[in-house]
Amino acid sequence: MAKPPDRPDNLLHVSVSPHLRDTVTVPRIMWSVVLALVPAFLGSIYFFGARALWLVLIGVVSAVITEAACQKIRRKPVTVNDGSAAVTGILLVFCLPPGVPWWLPALGSAFAIAVGKQVFGGLGHNPFNPALLGRAFLLASWPVHMTTAWRAPSLGTLSGIDAVTNATPLSMLKEAQKVLVDPAATTEQMVQAREALSQLSSAYGNLFFGNVGGSLGETSAILLLIGGLYLLFKRYIGWKIPLTFIASVMIITGIFGGSNGLFTGNSLFHLLAGGLLLGAFFMATDMVTTPVTFRGRLIFGTGCGVITSVIRLAGGYPEGVCYSILLMNAFTPLIDRWTRPRRLGEGAEKQTA
Amino acid sequence: MSAKKTFQGGSHPPTRKRATQASMISSMPVPSRVVIPLSQHTGAPAEPIVAVGDEVSAGQKIGEAQGYISVPVHASIDGKVVAIELHRHPLGGELPAVIIESDGSEPSHEPSQTPAQSAPSDPGAMVEAIREAGIVGLGGAAFPTHVKLSPPENKPIDTCILNGAECEPYLTADHRLMVESGAEIIAGLKIILNILNCQRGFIGIEANKPDALTAMREQVREERNLTVVPLQVKYPQGAEKQLVWAITRREVPSGGLPMDVGCVVQNVGTAKAIDEAVSRGKPLTERVVTITGPIIREPQNVRVPIGTLFRDIIEHCGGTTQKPGKLIMGGPMMGLAQASDEVPVIKGTSGILALESNQAVIADSQTCIGCARCVDTCPMKLVPTQLAKLIEHSRFAEAEERGVLDCMECGTCSYVCPSKINLVHLFKFGKAKIFEERRKKKDGQAA
Repeated sequence: MAKPPDRPDNLLHVSVSPHLRDTVTVPRIMWSVVLALVPAFLGSIYFFGARALWLVLIGVVSAVITEAACQKIRRKPVTVNDGSAAVTGILLVFCLPPGVPWWLPALGSAFAIAVGKQVFGGLGHNPFNPALLGRAFLLASWPVHMTTAWRAPSLGTLSGIDAVTNATPLSMLKEAQKVLVDPAATTEQMVQAREALSQLSSAYGNLFFGNVGGSLGETSAILLLIGGLYLLFKRYIGWKIPLTFIASVMIITGIFGGSNGLFTGNSLFHLLAGGLLLGAFFMATDMVTTPVTFRGRLIFGTGCGVITSVIRLAGGYPEGVCYSILLMNAFTPLIDRWTRPRRLGEGAEKQTA
Repeated sequence: MSAKKTFQGGSHPPTRKRATQASMISSMPVPSRVVIPLSQHTGAPAEPIVAVGDEVSAGQKIGEAQGYISVPVHASIDGKVVAIELHRHPLGGELPAVIIESDGSEPSHEPSQTPAQSAPSDPGAMVEAIREAGIVGLGGAAFPTHVKLSPPENKPIDTCILNGAECEPYLTADHRLMVESGAEIIAGLKIILNILNCQRGFIGIEANKPDALTAMREQVREERNLTVVPLQVKYPQGAEKQLVWAITRREVPSGGLPMDVGCVVQNVGTAKAIDEAVSRGKPLTERVVTITGPIIREPQNVRVPIGTLFRDIIEHCGGTTQKPGKLIMGGPMMGLAQASDEVPVIKGTSGILALESNQAVIADSQTCIGCARCVDTCPMKLVPTQLAKLIEHSRFAEAEERGVLDCMECGTCSYVCPSKINLVHLFKFGKAKIFEERRKKKDGQAA
């Protein structure tokens, strides 16, 4: 083969404009998400003890190892330093009950990365949020662990209410409302259910600070808000999805969530209880699996809110954040197609003033 | 002060104008030789009307315009034509140029031929004077100005906007021109208004040039139809369609021109050149260039003869502290990287930017993570990430349907992309493919 002519060394480097690039990179965004999750992580250790620390570590290590292994098998460069696997590991463990055995997060993370992400081609190609896919897999495979391994926080009760110790706030709500609409329920049961519902409002403080039962990272509203607002402030996430998600859940549960007719629902309770804040700020904002257009993101957030509310109010599970986001993920390509913005000058008439 | 006007979208690259924004425009000694390309404008190249060996003087026409969308070129120094040959051109490749060797005399700064009569007063004659002076848009696009000033009958112009946004980082040539030559700029604006029989004039200036805003406001204090408009500091504020929208809230149609909505946009430097051409018969033989960048020893704004080699100008500015990693004509967002400093300043050269070697190479592209930064910031409201994927898969017809031809290659999407995807590169490629396809179709029909 002919040797290519030597490049004259007086020639300079040439490339297409722009010659200036923003300092924001994918690793910087991902590690910022990790940083934003640190307050809730510290909170989980405070509320649920050292096992929170171990579970999160196991989840992250499993995610990172699985990512590296998959990339080796695919003969692709190993990119675990970009932080995306770590984010998936943390988020997966954050939506597990605190009492699960150690192998559950390990398996969940491995599934999330291998089946949720790498089989599609890795970061940027996965249609579903990997962490939520991992959780859905665990819930389907080990439903007992996933729905009963709750732990009361170190300083409080599972429900956040002193008198009630056997249910998380959302499942307590669900049970009580089931009783109220059950024609076979005894009077005593009805009285207890009403009593339970009226006590829920006494749990606000505990819900706000996180001193209640629930998944590892979802219980503290304030710590999640700190992280979420940090990401908003740094513009690594937008306001559209969190706002429409949260607002639609509050509006719908406020209108339809009460047992005494329309507009008697407790929207503040629905905001603070369960995984809404974790989901709205950290999972429904996953860039890869959500729409890119302005209107698309409004639709996505609203859709998540509607589905979450329907599941919470009428579905079989007490919580619907996980499935609402996964369902809306499936619609993301379609939403993007529907909501392509009107270009500047598109359809503008050639007019004169 | 009224609220600063702007457009939707855009980004905030670092402005980096401090090195040169306060330095007075200086002149440089006459270079020993200049290389004057016969094509410095959009349209047909000029045809040389001098021969090797001819003595020429600054301001003398050396190339005649060919056709309507074309302008003549002029000698920028006194001296002798030593060659008419292909020469490396800053827009790429090698193009015919007239090479003049200086005779050592300083330019008189007066036109070689005194205008036959006093300054023209009817619009037709003024447009002719502008064309004869070889004036093109000095903002960078270099579109012949006389064409812009001759809108068809059915497109009356009611608004003329002078573009003093200078939104490209590093560049301050227009800024200094507004501070130092405000009177000429406004005189040029009045000539434009006169030609177009248009009443309203605006001067749009980004708010990070308070001294330019003050200077231009001073100039229009007595003029009730002229308004200085402070613009938000945002890239690309100086893009034509964005500027028209910011100031008039009129939307230039896709594939259309500002004249479609009754507007004409001219760069402030062009306005000054128009004044010189019409009032004094002076052809366009020099321009102000910002020579800047972290490795230029004495960054400054210099008035240089057209055709001066980049190398000579950089030498005049003290040279560079290291071998440039990248040498750019224009600003860092839309400027063209040069393979060599042996290229001449042309009419559209607004700046010469020398970057360090560690700034020269752009990081490798990674997969798109769908962050939507490009979508949020695209000033044309395209969806760059989708267009890029279509073009990567050679689906050019779909990319065209989704508006890739509306892309003005401002570079905002590539700038904000955290995955460092070379979006503009893909769009340039896709557009070229679409035009190639159109040509093929046309040729097929013709055959």
